[in-house]
Amino acid sequence: MIHFEDVTKRYERQDALAGVSFHLAPGEMAFLTGHSGAGKSTLLRLVGLVERPTRGTLRVAGRDLAKLKRRDIPYHRRDVGMIFQDFRLLQDRTAFDNVALPLMVSGVSPTEIGRRARAALDKVGLLRKERSLPRALSGGEQQRVGIARAIVTKPPVIVADEPTGNLDPDLSWEIMDLFGQLNRVGVTLLIATHDWELVRRMHYRTLSLKHGKLADDTGRPGP
Amino acid sequence: MNAPRRRPEPPTRPTRQTLHLPRLLVPLQTWLLRHAQAALGALGRFLSAPLAAVTSLMVVAVAAALPALLYLLVENAQRLLASWEGTGSLTVFLKTEISDDAARKLAKQVEKHADVAAVQVVGRKEGLAEFRRLSGFGAALDALGDNPFPAVLVVRAKPSAADAGRTAALAEELGKLPEAEIAQFDLDWVARLLGFTALAERAVWILTTLLAAGVLFVIGNTLRLEIRARREEIEITALVGGTAGFIRRPFLYWGAWLGLLGGLLGWLLAVASLAFLDGPASHLASLYGSGFALTGGGFGLFAAMAGGGALLGLAGAWLAVLRLLEVAQPD
Repeated sequence: MIHFEDVTKRYERQDALAGVSFHLAPGEMAFLTGHSGAGKSTLLRLVGLVERPTRGTLRVAGRDLAKLKRRDIPYHRRDVGMIFQDFRLLQDRTAFDNVALPLMVSGVSPTEIGRRARAALDKVGLLRKERSLPRALSGGEQQRVGIARAIVTKPPVIVADEPTGNLDPDLSWEIMDLFGQLNRVGVTLLIATHDWELVRRMHYRTLSLKHGKLADDTGRPGP
Repeated sequence: MNAPRRRPEPPTRPTRQTLHLPRLLVPLQTWLLRHAQAALGALGRFLSAPLAAVTSLMVVAVAAALPALLYLLVENAQRLLASWEGTGSLTVFLKTEISDDAARKLAKQVEKHADVAAVQVVGRKEGLAEFRRLSGFGAALDALGDNPFPAVLVVRAKPSAADAGRTAALAEELGKLPEAEIAQFDLDWVARLLGFTALAERAVWILTTLLAAGVLFVIGNTLRLEIRARREEIEITALVGGTAGFIRRPFLYWGAWLGLLGGLLGWLLAVASLAFLDGPASHLASLYGSGFALTGGGFGLFAAMAGGGALLGLAGAWLAVLRLLEVAQPD
């Protein structure tokens, strides 16, 4: 589902990613760890085609991203739910409107938008807050709105960049539990985090980046 | 909060729209709805944004009103001049030794001319009386003793020969009559002035073009500020898969609204200015015994300014959003 083959991303002078290769099977969930600056965010940005790799082959959800034309990028992004450390919610829109945004851009009918956005909010336990503005929500609630927005189109792939970075441990567990649930229904997830404690306790495959290189890959954990 | 007031409806209940529309029409309906949403959303944003939008609106309105008003004035001047020119009347001043009777005889002769519709004779005494009545120089005339006024033939050309060229030719012909001192095509200056208004018309077009270019830049600039203010929204929309078209749409509508409202406001300004001028103009016309009144600014101009404004706004917005997507998408 996510296929990196010798992928390099070079900024001005240095390689943010250097020759990274790995493969995430459909329905697999993995953590991406490493110190800040190790290239985690860059890797996730490549998956969502926020940036293009400098070299190497990158296939996501069956698409060769190097061959994807600019005008096709939006359609790729609809297949990749992205979750951010700083949530990236629209501050002047309600929770409902934030979650509805991916549906609106793909031309879903209003009835269907209402139904699916509420289903997603219900999934993260925030249906009662659908009319709240983000600033009226706690950090954990805002992140759950962000997750609802990422899953509302039922994308096959979800990438999360430090989703628990701003949350306390209890909330972090809640969020991770949500990811586990998504994984159980077949979603492929790649979650960047530097919360080693969380990673250790969750028994998922873990990819470690160090100075832009893949330093360690635990592989799929045995049963 | 107020959340509990609107409870989610049962999700599977179909709405009336989906029940009654054929399947094929549903995508069209959704598409139209999205455009309507973008248009109304842009209008709402436009009306809620206080200073920047209003300032741009005024700039657009004034820029639209200026050439419109000039256009209306030139058009009115042309109409007035054309109505004068079209009368095709000329005056033949006879030599002072020609008596009124001889003049009447001559008039009969002139009336037979193919281009002449009617001839009116103003006898020497009548001329004197008229001048006395209109000028107020009666005392001076009394001092003069002799009647200095010649008999005059006022000739009206047939409608078929009433244009400036034919009338002038007729004047020249009649001026060569032995009894004639001089024949004057009174409205030579009208023809010249008409030529001048053609020039003014060109000037209006140049002015319109220049101001339109200015408006284009004003709209582009205002929109760039708006885009900067909404950068986060643009980025997020792009991240969740919004196409270039989707992201541009509200900005394009915004520009179109600015142009449309600016054009309409400009039309109002121009028409109000014209109405303001109409009182004195009509009064002036009545002094010349004319029922002339300023007109124009009707539906044609209204539609042109609204449509032209909207198109101009759309074009300005298009220029501003062309590079918009570099914000959030790689090549």
